[in-house]
Amino acid sequence: MNSGRRRVLQGTGGAAVMGLAMAAGLFKPGSAWAQADWNKAAFDTKSLNDAVKALGGASAAESKDITITSPDIAENGAVVPFTISSKLPKTEQLAILVEKNPNILAASFTIPDGTEPQVNTRVKMGQTSNVIALVKADGKFYYASKEVKVTLGGCGG
Amino acid sequence: MSDPMKIRATMAGDKVEVRVLMSHEMETGQRKDSKGATIPAWFIQNVTATHNGKTVLSAEWGPAVSKNPFLSFKFSGGKPGDKVVITWVDNKGDKRTDEAVIA
Repeated sequence: MNSGRRRVLQGTGGAAVMGLAMAAGLFKPGSAWAQADWNKAAFDTKSLNDAVKALGGASAAESKDITITSPDIAENGAVVPFTISSKLPKTEQLAILVEKNPNILAASFTIPDGTEPQVNTRVKMGQTSNVIALVKADGKFYYASKEVKVTLGGCGG
Repeated sequence: MSDPMKIRATMAGDKVEVRVLMSHEMETGQRKDSKGATIPAWFIQNVTATHNGKTVLSAEWGPAVSKNPFLSFKFSGGKPGDKVVITWVDNKGDKRTDEAVIA
C-alpha cells in the first residue's frame, strides 16, 4: 500500500474541515481556546477529594454501578489500558484517576446524551497504585477503585 | 502539524463505535534528558468528537495519558455514511482535526 498517498489525502481532508470549522466560528484562531477549556486546577490535584472539589463537587460516594476493566498486573506502566463504564442514570462525566501518580487526575470525559457512559483509553502509571474511576451522575459524584500492580513504571523511565 | 489520527467508526448494533489512535508524544514534564534538564510537558489537553455538528464526546486529558493515545467510545444516532470528526488541542496550542466515515 502506498502509505504516503493516504497520508496526503487524510491531511488535506483534515485541513479542509479545520477551515470549515473556523469559518463557522467554532474555533477561535490562536491558542487561547486551547487553555480556556482545560481545568488546570483539577489536573494539579493530588487526592481524590481535591480532584472532586476541583471538578465542582463536594465529595464522592463509592458505587457498585461503576466498572473498571483493566489488567490486574501491568507489565509496562507506560501503557495501561482501562475501560471505565457507569450504570448510574444520567451519567455526565467519567474520569480516570491514578492515586500514586504525581497528579492524580489522568483524564476526564464529558458524556453528552446519546453517548454510552463507557470509554476506553490508555494511561501511564508510575508505580503500583489504586486506580479510581470517578463518575458524575445527576450532579453527584461517585467512584470505584481497583488496584493495578505495575512491574515497570511509566513515569521517569 | 502532527501525523494524522487513525479513526475507525463502525456500527455496533444500533450504536456507532469510534476508535481513535492519535499520534502524540504526551511528554509528562517529569522526565529528564541525559543532561539532567527537565523535558517540558507536551501533551494533548482537549479532545472533541462530533457527529453531524453535535458533540458526542469531549475530553480533558492530563499528561498521564499514554503516548500515542488510544480512545474508544460508543454513541447512538449515527448511521453508515455519516461523518465523525475528531479534534485535539495540545498544551502548546497545536491542534489537529481528522474525520472518518461510519462504515
